Amino acid sequence: MANTEKNKYLVGIFDDEDVLIPAVKKIRARGVNIYEVYTPYPVHDLDVYLGYKRSRLSKAAFLFGITGTFLAILMQTYMLGFAWPMIIGGKDYVTYPNFVPVTFELTVLLAALGMVATFLISNNLGPGKQAVMFDPRSTDDKFVMAIDLSANSKFSQEEIEKILTEYGVSEKPKEKEL
Amino acid sequence: MQLTSPIREPLVGRQIHDENRPTTYHDITNDICRQVEAPPNMRWMAAMAISLIVLAWGSYTLYRTWFFGIGEWGLNKTVGWAWDITNFVWWVGIGHAGTLISAILLLFRQKWRTSINRAAEAMTIFAVLCAGSFILMHMGRPWLAYWALPLPNTYGSLWVNFNSPLVWDVFAISTYLTVSLVFWYIGLIPDLATIRERAKNPIARFIYGLLSFGWDGSAKTWARYEMVALVLAGLSTPLVLSVHTIVSFDFATSIIPGWHTTIFPPYFVAGAIFSGFAMVLTLMLITRYVFKLEPYITVGHVESMNKIILLTGSIVGVAYLTEFFMAWYSGVQYERYAFVNRAFGPYWWAYWTMMTCNVISPQFFWFKAMRRNLYVTFALSIVVNIGMWFERFVIIVTSLHRDYLPSSWVMFYPTYVDVGDYLFSFGFFFTLFFLFAKFLPVINMAEVKAVLKSSNPDSANSYSEEVEAVVESDTSVKKEIE
Repeated sequence: MANTEKNKYLVGIFDDEDVLIPAVKKIRARGVNIYEVYTPYPVHDLDVYLGYKRSRLSKAAFLFGITGTFLAILMQTYMLGFAWPMIIGGKDYVTYPNFVPVTFELTVLLAALGMVATFLISNNLGPGKQAVMFDPRSTDDKFVMAIDLSANSKFSQEEIEKILTEYGVSEKPKEKEL
Repeated sequence: MQLTSPIREPLVGRQIHDENRPTTYHDITNDICRQVEAPPNMRWMAAMAISLIVLAWGSYTLYRTWFFGIGEWGLNKTVGWAWDITNFVWWVGIGHAGTLISAILLLFRQKWRTSINRAAEAMTIFAVLCAGSFILMHMGRPWLAYWALPLPNTYGSLWVNFNSPLVWDVFAISTYLTVSLVFWYIGLIPDLATIRERAKNPIARFIYGLLSFGWDGSAKTWARYEMVALVLAGLSTPLVLSVHTIVSFDFATSIIPGWHTTIFPPYFVAGAIFSGFAMVLTLMLITRYVFKLEPYITVGHVESMNKIILLTGSIVGVAYLTEFFMAWYSGVQYERYAFVNRAFGPYWWAYWTMMTCNVISPQFFWFKAMRRNLYVTFALSIVVNIGMWFERFVIIVTSLHRDYLPSSWVMFYPTYVDVGDYLFSFGFFFTLFFLFAKFLPVINMAEVKAVLKSSNPDSANSYSEEVEAVVESDTSVKKEIE
């Protein structure tokens, strides 16, 4: 992580998504700022309850795809129509119906690769990246909620601990500095 | 009288190897990670050894092919395309199931795909690599394979011919391979993170750490991950249909009687799904047995796949009959002869093998008892793939071996190099598959966990009384805040 200053987090562990979701709703309703929730699998609509905006990755994919379409048409038109015009099968130099397959494939290729690259960059994922794990069991069977204490100056640590316990954490909330 | 629809089977079975109790999230992690973490067992070593022996023999014939040229094959002046292209089309077809399962079934919300998609996608990638190896083999001068790409070159600027289906093939197959690989790997990242967090050996932890790209499983990452999976599925759906369509153009755009058919694209795609599912079943039934994955690959999964085999097998059957009807209806004597020769000429045995394996054998799956019988399924999955290999052989060789000039009518006889090159692809395929099965999780743990609860009412991760109290107090808390 870029900043060297350590933040103090309170980590709550949940056993079940059906406890987690109401807890997220109510903790947020109480005005507590949740730093992030870590889950072993995609919990349906958790991002909505956490107040995240809908991802714009699909729009990025569309832009990459359309770039692929135009590049493919330009490439084929240039190569067969201008760089070395050649009559093939008695047809025109530039035969757009015959360009459809390659154009389609390059559209899909650029859209897929572009979107995946955007996904990796926006989530700071890549070979050699280190994961920040509040609890290693969040990749197994636990749902881990991290609350940044510095972002919740309204509440004391005890108050947040009490709130977490009230809404069904399965173990005593623990502190973690990162 | 009233018909009650049966309750849907749970997607995850009980822990039959451990007191038959309900499966929990932690069981899923343990069961799938077990074979990755344990040292390789004897069964795996034996399977790997056999694959490597086959691969070694295939490598020898591959050496003969590349250093002495394709004259080593049984090709002749009339039949200029035979086993190589048969194998190519066969492998590409097999490579259709993985992306179909992960993309089309995702769009159709078929949750049963979750426990088979990982292995099916891996199989897809390896099958497409095998298909690609036949492209390289039949080039004669494989070191010039890059000539198929539109690269600037020393001959002025002479480019590839974008009017040619063979060039479309290069783009289709390489795009398909790349996108399938990316789709597969994105799905692997969360599970690799699980293995990383469990790893005790520092080397394993380092390697899986590198491979898992620093995945932390935060809600934001998951939300974006789901978006990526959805869009990739949307992109892959037309892609998977386009690949075999373009492969079929290799034949359909020619003017050879027997190949010059507009029905080829849908017919090839159905055949591809048919053979792909059969191969998935063959591999999954073995994997299920060797790794004790019965709770995850249930009889219900096998039945669903058998239904798809029945559907696509019947589509293929209709296509065979339509081809015959169109040959007669076209009134073209060459077209008619090509089909009469196909069924009753010297290759009649290949044709009737194809008909028996592809059209008759899947009809057993009309019966529920057959669909749910693992032995029948395993046997038929192999029969189907034999049939599909013969389908390609029949289309390719019987259409070529008797052309317009009876003086050049010949038979095609494969040499040991033809056979060896085919074995090479088997060795290559199974070596990669066994390596995958040993070092990577064969089932998508995260996705199975995601369907565990909704599909299994008796799952161990169900409500406790305290939780219900919390959920019920939801409304009272809201009032309190207000």
